Amino acid sequence: MTLVAGNLRSDARWRGWEIALAIALPASWWLLPGQALLASEIAILALFAVSLDLILGYAGIVSLGHAAFFGFGAYAAALFAKHVQPDPLLGLAVAVAATAVLGALCSLLILRGSDLTRLMVTLGVAALLYELANKLDELTGGADGLQGVAMGPLLGRFGFDLAGRTAYAYTLVVLVLAMALARRLVHSPFGVSLQALRDNRLRAASIGLSINSRLVAVYTVAAAMAGAAGALLAQTTGFASLDVLAFHRSADVLLVLVIGGTGYLYGGIFGALAFKLLQDLISSWTPQYWTFWLGLFLVVLVLVGRDRLIRPWTWWHRRP
Amino acid sequence: MLTLLFDGVAYGMLLFVLAVGLAVTLGLMNFINLAHGAFAMAGGYVTVLLMNRVGVPFLWCLPIAFVGVGALGALLERTLYRPMYAKPHLDQVLFSIGLVFMAVAAVDYFVGSQQQIVQLPAWLQGRFDLAAVGIGKYRLFIIVVCAALTVALQWVLARTRFGSRLRAAVDDARVASGLGLDVNRIFLLTFAVGSGLAGLGGALGAEVLGLDPSFPLKFMIYFLIVVAVGGTTTITGPLLAALLLGIADVAGKYYVPKLGAFIVYSLMIVILVWRPQGLLTRAGAQAGGR
Repeated sequence: MTLVAGNLRSDARWRGWEIALAIALPASWWLLPGQALLASEIAILALFAVSLDLILGYAGIVSLGHAAFFGFGAYAAALFAKHVQPDPLLGLAVAVAATAVLGALCSLLILRGSDLTRLMVTLGVAALLYELANKLDELTGGADGLQGVAMGPLLGRFGFDLAGRTAYAYTLVVLVLAMALARRLVHSPFGVSLQALRDNRLRAASIGLSINSRLVAVYTVAAAMAGAAGALLAQTTGFASLDVLAFHRSADVLLVLVIGGTGYLYGGIFGALAFKLLQDLISSWTPQYWTFWLGLFLVVLVLVGRDRLIRPWTWWHRRP
Repeated sequence: MLTLLFDGVAYGMLLFVLAVGLAVTLGLMNFINLAHGAFAMAGGYVTVLLMNRVGVPFLWCLPIAFVGVGALGALLERTLYRPMYAKPHLDQVLFSIGLVFMAVAAVDYFVGSQQQIVQLPAWLQGRFDLAAVGIGKYRLFIIVVCAALTVALQWVLARTRFGSRLRAAVDDARVASGLGLDVNRIFLLTFAVGSGLAGLGGALGAEVLGLDPSFPLKFMIYFLIVVAVGGTTTITGPLLAALLLGIADVAGKYYVPKLGAFIVYSLMIVILVWRPQGLLTRAGAQAGGR
């Protein structure tokens, strides 16, 4: 075994804390019975942030419109449940497939241009979908949101209850499955080649990697995951509103990911945990102006250096 | 029809003045500043507060908004923005979104979230007909002011020593500083003027665009469209893009109100996919990101 192959393989090995996390996630269902509502919100946000990490942390695409896929998945799931079939799993599959198609189409738009162009195009797609959802009010309910979505029981047996225990189990299972899939993906040769093109596109191209097909593939997968997160939200709350497509959702998920750290896949989970708890704390203290503290946090985060904030032991050293 | 065109031009000119500072920040420093709208909002609020609470006449508010916001821009550039130039684009995006969130919440806290109303002086109200084209006086005023500003900007950039220094710094900051130009000072001055112009645009536009704390978020995408579509290397590019955007937006909202901003966004995506570096690019300038 060569050195490179050995290194790659040791990167892909399961670490102790990863196994601990894999145990802690399902265990939280039994440990936190009273917090299921908040916990499923966190799990959904985590899934959403992990999907962003695939394109931002691994492929280096700065997106300000990732909510487009989240919202599309949410509306797809809600509409499917309302008009076609109330079965959650089938709805999830349909929403994921629909969002994947949308992601594949949108990925063609982000292949060219600079960071700014991509930023604008992703932002534009999200704004476009927002306008569309706003104006097609016969279909989506417009600004009032899509009401009257009644979900069927999960697997035909477990109904969604008010305490959100079923919903939390459902989101947890989807999150764990998606994480396993994402983990497999980023440690595959495909995932390694993504990191290569993130670090230096020209070099990656000159060793014979086909950049565009890889970007299309990862963007589609990430869109599908974000769609799954949106579908989970719509299914567990039985409601979809314009809020799922709003700009602040794209900005929030970026923040979540950055708090947790990009490019190692678990940043989304830790970030979602920190973000939701922080939001809960600050908004109970000053409900109307909590965005101010969020903004201040962002500014400080960047000024200090976002890779240093999550590593407190580096605060007192000078940067090399 | 022509009235619509006229309104579109006025709207476009206003957008140009609002966004031209952003074009310079992006082109010169390769810095993605999503907080540009916050400066425009500051200008708007300076005007509204001065007029309604202190009673300063409208015409005096405009230069005050320009100078005040310019000074604020210079201060922020010196303290907060400068360390950001060398950071990756993701950091810049996060940083400036953070600033926007803070500005929105702060204005909400101090002034309140309601829509602010600008009481225009009597001679700017109403409209008159010129060869069967209805012309709003205030719209005309906006066009005149903005056109004068555009000509002045173009003159400064093309004819003065500062302009040639600035263009040199845009094309290649490293070589420019190697030649002995104080690039940092050029940045500072340009940033201040850019934010001042945004403030002036905000003051002028408070009546047309509406002014409430969500202003920077609502118009952020519009400013970015102007810059991204127009390209950052010329001043005519953003001007063209702003006029196009203004006319498309006004006409779109008039003829197909059902579609709303849909047209604008689709137009932007099509143009960006067709020409990722913007409509007009100058040969020799550094294209795109690093």
